[in-house]
Amino acid sequence: MLDASLNSDIQLKLFISLASLLSSGTHMDYTFHWRPVIKALPDLFSAALVTLEAAVLSMLLGIIFGLVLALMRLHGSRPLSLFATVWIELARNTPALLQLFFFGFGLGAFGWHLTPFTIVLCGLAFNNAGYLAENFRGGFQAIPAPQYKAARSLGMSATQTYTRIIIPQVFRLVYYPMTNQMVWAVLMSSLGMLVGFRELSGETQFLASNTFRLFEFFLAAAVFYYLLVKLILLAAHLLSRRLFTY
Amino acid sequence: MSESANTIQFFTGFRFNDLGFLAEAAGNTLLISVISISIGSVLGCLFGWALHVSVLARYILGSVLDIFRSVPLIIQLLLFFNFFPILGLPLEPFAAGCIVLIFYTSALVAQVARGGIEAVPDSMRRASRSLGMSYLQDMRYVVWPIGARAMLPAWTGVALGVLKDSALVSVLGYLELLRASQILITRTQEPFIILAIVGAFYFALSYPIGKLSAKLEQRWQYD
Repeated sequence: MLDASLNSDIQLKLFISLASLLSSGTHMDYTFHWRPVIKALPDLFSAALVTLEAAVLSMLLGIIFGLVLALMRLHGSRPLSLFATVWIELARNTPALLQLFFFGFGLGAFGWHLTPFTIVLCGLAFNNAGYLAENFRGGFQAIPAPQYKAARSLGMSATQTYTRIIIPQVFRLVYYPMTNQMVWAVLMSSLGMLVGFRELSGETQFLASNTFRLFEFFLAAAVFYYLLVKLILLAAHLLSRRLFTY
Repeated sequence: MSESANTIQFFTGFRFNDLGFLAEAAGNTLLISVISISIGSVLGCLFGWALHVSVLARYILGSVLDIFRSVPLIIQLLLFFNFFPILGLPLEPFAAGCIVLIFYTSALVAQVARGGIEAVPDSMRRASRSLGMSYLQDMRYVVWPIGARAMLPAWTGVALGVLKDSALVSVLGYLELLRASQILITRTQEPFIILAIVGAFYFALSYPIGKLSAKLEQRWQYD
């Protein structure tokens, strides 16, 4: 791991040197060397697990915040609903990379130096929450209002009504968009390499600049990402069969 | 002290001129996005039509396009940018970014376009054919007007996504909004303000388009 106290200056320099490294140099006679890649496969594999971990955690945080934001926007008082609207619109209308930089360099201006992992986690959770909140809002609006009244008149409390009647149905409605968001979370976590996080892309970048086999390593990373996405889609499909059949 | 006269000033504060620099960079962001979204959408519609019509295309083209949707854009950009020097044809960052974004857009639009074509009921198309319209006329006067309305919200989502994802071309060295912000941050050491301004630029580009599309969608519902 990179030093946790890596401050925003060094990260900036990393970003710039990365850009200049990648934009310089032409190789006329290029021979492919795959041996370094094959040697590094275990490293890439464990880095893929880090990617998956970051994506899953950010997704869980995103679901929790997204639910709260959706309810705030639908039923909250004016300031609460304004807060939720601002969060959602900011998350949806600015690039994810900018959001990551904001958590990385932007907060650094106030002396808050987050670790690369926290930067990625906060950035992705912020982004996921914004997108998921809109999905959840659609889901809540699709549940017929009489269901809520029926549950209440059967003696359920408001919390019980939400946790047992409304939210399970909402999850079912937004299951497909949620799967999509999970895939996006995996793809977006690749931006972690620009804030010094050693997930799949960061590790690839590190190994590639150590061995100068840029193309080979990034191709390997692409294959890893492809497999990871397919795995998630398969898992989501199997899970949906188990969850949604009666 | 005489030393102070020789001191070099490394950092200078944020100046009003810098807004002009950022605006120019925003123009570059807009340029690369408009080029890749427009060409990518046309290509994507063609691909979507091919996916709808042919089973073979669904297998071959479908799985190729699937790669663009399952690999992070940043990896695609780096791969493509590093691939051309191998062939002995180094590409400009702008050209490499454009090509990758065009294919990325077309892969996303293909799926949307296919959905749009399939949103037109079969019975309607059979009716148009039996009224004597040719296949092309059917496509032009029946499928396009209905399908385009069906795919507008999803297409806007893709277009806005590409507008924001164009920020990643900064990694190749193309001077767009995000890269401009990095340059300014290095000079001024004021990351918070500059990132906020750049965020506002992106917001100003993206938010009105989203609202416009939502409005159009609402209006078309009652037509």
